[in-house]
Amino acid sequence: MKNFKSINTIKLLAVLFMSSIAFVSCSSDDDDHDDHDHEEELITTVLYTLTSPTGFVTIEFQDLDGAGGADGTYDVSGPLSANTTYTGVIKLLNETEDPAEDITLEVEEEGDEHEFFYTPSISDITITKEDADVDGNPIGIETTFTTGEAGTGTLTIELIHEPTKPNDGTSASAGGSTDVEVTFSIEVQ
Amino acid sequence: MGLVIAISSFSYSQNCDYIFLGEIKDFHDGTPIESATIHIIERDKYIVSDFDGKFKIENLCAGTLTLTMSHIGCETKTVSYTIENDISKIILLEHHLEELNEVTVSSNFKTEGTSIEQSISKADLEKYTDKSLGDALNAVSGVSSLNTGNTIVKPMIHGLHSSRLLIINNNVRLFDQEWGDEHAPNIDINSSDRVEVIKGANTLKYGSDAIGGLILLQPRRYAAIDSLFGSTMVSLNSNGRGGNINSEIIKTYASGLYGRIQTSYKQFGDFKSPDYYLTNSGLKNINASARIGYRTFEKGFDAYYSVVSNEFAILQASHIGNVGDLVAAINSREPRVIEDFSYNIDYPKQNILHHLAKIEAYKRFKNLGKLTVQYDMQINRRKEFDLRRGDLADTPVIDLRLFTNSLQSNLHIDYIDNLKIDSGILVRYQQNDAVSGTGVSPLIPDFEKYDASIYIIGNYNLNESSEISAGMRYDFTRIEAEKRYNVTDWNETYNYDELFPQFETNDIDNSEILTYPEFTFHNISANLGYSKLFNNDLSLFVNYGLATRVPNPSELFSDGLHHSAARIETGLLTLNKEVAHKFAVSFERNNQDFGFSISPYFKSINGFIQLIPTGITTTIRGAFPVWEYNQINAQIFGVDIDINKKITNNFNYNGNISILKGDNLSEDIPLIHMPSTNFTNGISYNNKALNNLSINLINKTVLQQKRYPNYNFYTYDPVLQEDVYVDISSTPAAYSLFSFNSSVNFKAFKTGTLKLELNIENLFNTKYNEYLNRQRYFSQELGRNINLKMKINY
Repeated sequence: MKNFKSINTIKLLAVLFMSSIAFVSCSSDDDDHDDHDHEEELITTVLYTLTSPTGFVTIEFQDLDGAGGADGTYDVSGPLSANTTYTGVIKLLNETEDPAEDITLEVEEEGDEHEFFYTPSISDITITKEDADVDGNPIGIETTFTTGEAGTGTLTIELIHEPTKPNDGTSASAGGSTDVEVTFSIEVQ
Repeated sequence: MGLVIAISSFSYSQNCDYIFLGEIKDFHDGTPIESATIHIIERDKYIVSDFDGKFKIENLCAGTLTLTMSHIGCETKTVSYTIENDISKIILLEHHLEELNEVTVSSNFKTEGTSIEQSISKADLEKYTDKSLGDALNAVSGVSSLNTGNTIVKPMIHGLHSSRLLIINNNVRLFDQEWGDEHAPNIDINSSDRVEVIKGANTLKYGSDAIGGLILLQPRRYAAIDSLFGSTMVSLNSNGRGGNINSEIIKTYASGLYGRIQTSYKQFGDFKSPDYYLTNSGLKNINASARIGYRTFEKGFDAYYSVVSNEFAILQASHIGNVGDLVAAINSREPRVIEDFSYNIDYPKQNILHHLAKIEAYKRFKNLGKLTVQYDMQINRRKEFDLRRGDLADTPVIDLRLFTNSLQSNLHIDYIDNLKIDSGILVRYQQNDAVSGTGVSPLIPDFEKYDASIYIIGNYNLNESSEISAGMRYDFTRIEAEKRYNVTDWNETYNYDELFPQFETNDIDNSEILTYPEFTFHNISANLGYSKLFNNDLSLFVNYGLATRVPNPSELFSDGLHHSAARIETGLLTLNKEVAHKFAVSFERNNQDFGFSISPYFKSINGFIQLIPTGITTTIRGAFPVWEYNQINAQIFGVDIDINKKITNNFNYNGNISILKGDNLSEDIPLIHMPSTNFTNGISYNNKALNNLSINLINKTVLQQKRYPNYNFYTYDPVLQEDVYVDISSTPAAYSLFSFNSSVNFKAFKTGTLKLELNIENLFNTKYNEYLNRQRYFSQELGRNINLKMKINY
């Protein structure tokens, strides 16, 4: 009788085990649909457009498969003109979505938690941020880009999340964490 | 004489000449038990069994006869008979000292006779009521921890952690995404009665992969008496301005039934280093456990359920964007975000919910032993939140649900005098679901894992003082995963299209290919142990173990950016299993006046899987070091020494030292993240007469780890337009901390006691950094903490 009881207990445990597997198998059926997550917050593209009365220059970085995989591409449409004032607008895109998602809108919405920084290696280029967040501090989506004498060098564009605002205009003084950092070769002629 | 007359006169009308013949035998081997005391309840008279275990009761009247039998080393047994004529009965008594130990656990109780292990008792565990399991284990020599901040603490035995360490809670192997460096075990330390750390080899019953060792959390065994008792403990801390409240209540019955309910709640705000608050470092934690069981010598069951809900804030300053941010953090020596104290738990943070349920039943069979069958189930849901933009701000970046259940049996054969055999089988099914909706590719993909195991372990007493043990275990493991790979990585970077064409599908979407990786492993593990007791409380233990570990999901599949480490971590499908040979010896003296244990060990690990930096990749966020898993041959050797010495009747000295050396033999460099030499010295004063007053002063010194692999590198910073040095490898300086503990007991009311404790950690508010803290780049360790504890037993 006692043996019978313990056999029953063992049976009960076995039934529990089986039923839980069945339970999980069933619920895993529900998961069989493709629950693959797209990289929703992925930034694939940085597009900086500089417009002057006489023409425009685009500066673009594109990495469609994100970190890893194929390397990103850098594309500057042409040389900048010396002693010229350009109106600059930056756009961040996620081009894995269709249509491409404009991430700049999110940055603008949370302007007080973000700031773009532009660092040229050519010393007589000046870049002024023309927009402001709710606290009156610059965001850097809209800029005025003024060139001086001819020369070649680099331009680094950064987007900092949670920077110290206001700051002295350099990304080093802003702290925060870096969401975007791309460097382009540019030429002024 | 008067008694007999009284009985006769009381029952004069009945027939009072029946005879009861009894024979008392051992349950296991049937040997007669001599000199057992038999209490005849109806007559309130005691008799004793003879040389053959026999006894005789004469002049019995018709009615009930109740006998209570007791014998040294036996469980007391009460039986009732209805007397209608002369009867003869064989009564089986359980004659086993170990069973007594199960009720009143002695201080040097071991899970296996030949095992090298150390334990933490309930009283010591209570000191850590508002801390984690890892903090409590840190007090044991040879055990350290890998920390993320000060609340996420992973225990480490002899430099090994995560998947190389088995944690067994209530006889259930914990599965809680333990592969992650920043995934602390989901255990409420208040739900256990004692913790054993098994450094030696006797771990086969629980798994084949205990390369580092095994941590065993044991519940309390209750005596079968009618009782209701409980306790409540409150702990308050100055650092973090928080604490813990824990309550438990236990009901036991003479029949062997018992039940226990326990809950605890813990909350802390931002902790403080000597110089600044660690912004976003608090935690919130709710736990509950319940058990119900029935326990007699012959049969019983135990059902247990626990839920652990953890919410850990992660230091805000540790969220960084790219390698430039990491350099800035390392060079500034101060967190980039320092705010005033707050209880808020902001992003980044971790939310973990862990359910564990089990039911176990056992039955003893005559001339065989004890058969135990157990079913257990765990659900682990882990959500990790990061700093994100827009609609995704409140969406976790990692959302994993791990379901594990297993059915196992153990047959403990103990009827042969000097030989005990344990054998068992186990089947386990595990399912990981990378819950959709996170908006990022999952770090760990969906997978299903099947395990089946069989083991046999024998313990043989060579003579009165020495014992050997040997065991073997076979494990079958099958992993079936579903993961999308970047097509370029699949085809070119890792060449998987040629190595694993069988995993591929034709489903390619957004430059990602859907794959079904499948792996099957067969593992053999074994151990040998020997123990010998000498005069003067001296003993010697020798252990050898062969352990095999299958690569864990993160080693195989992880793929992506790890924010707090500013690195891209990549798993490899080509990894094979890890095989370790472990040798350990321990020479011990178990004596209150002067005791010690000296335990050297040596581990040789073939195919040791490690994560190391292999290069730099440039992404839209800037430059990142790429860390990849690789396999090398490693060896670790070291020694743990513990000493206790009585100075006077009231004063005691305790000390321990751990020395360890870990080497990457394949590249002839030291292993990464190995604990440095550390030692502890403590003086304690105890006075039982003075309300059991206890005062301790403890110093712990951790030396600088001079042996580390140098993975520092230079990277070009486009903003500064120069190369910067990324010093990720250098180790922090040595440090020495003092702590003070005191406690006193009062008799609070009729049946209750009150215990008060005052403790101070980091007495001199020392500034320091610890090599084994993953956040050492971002902040100092904690400053002084004053702690007050109050415990009421009722």
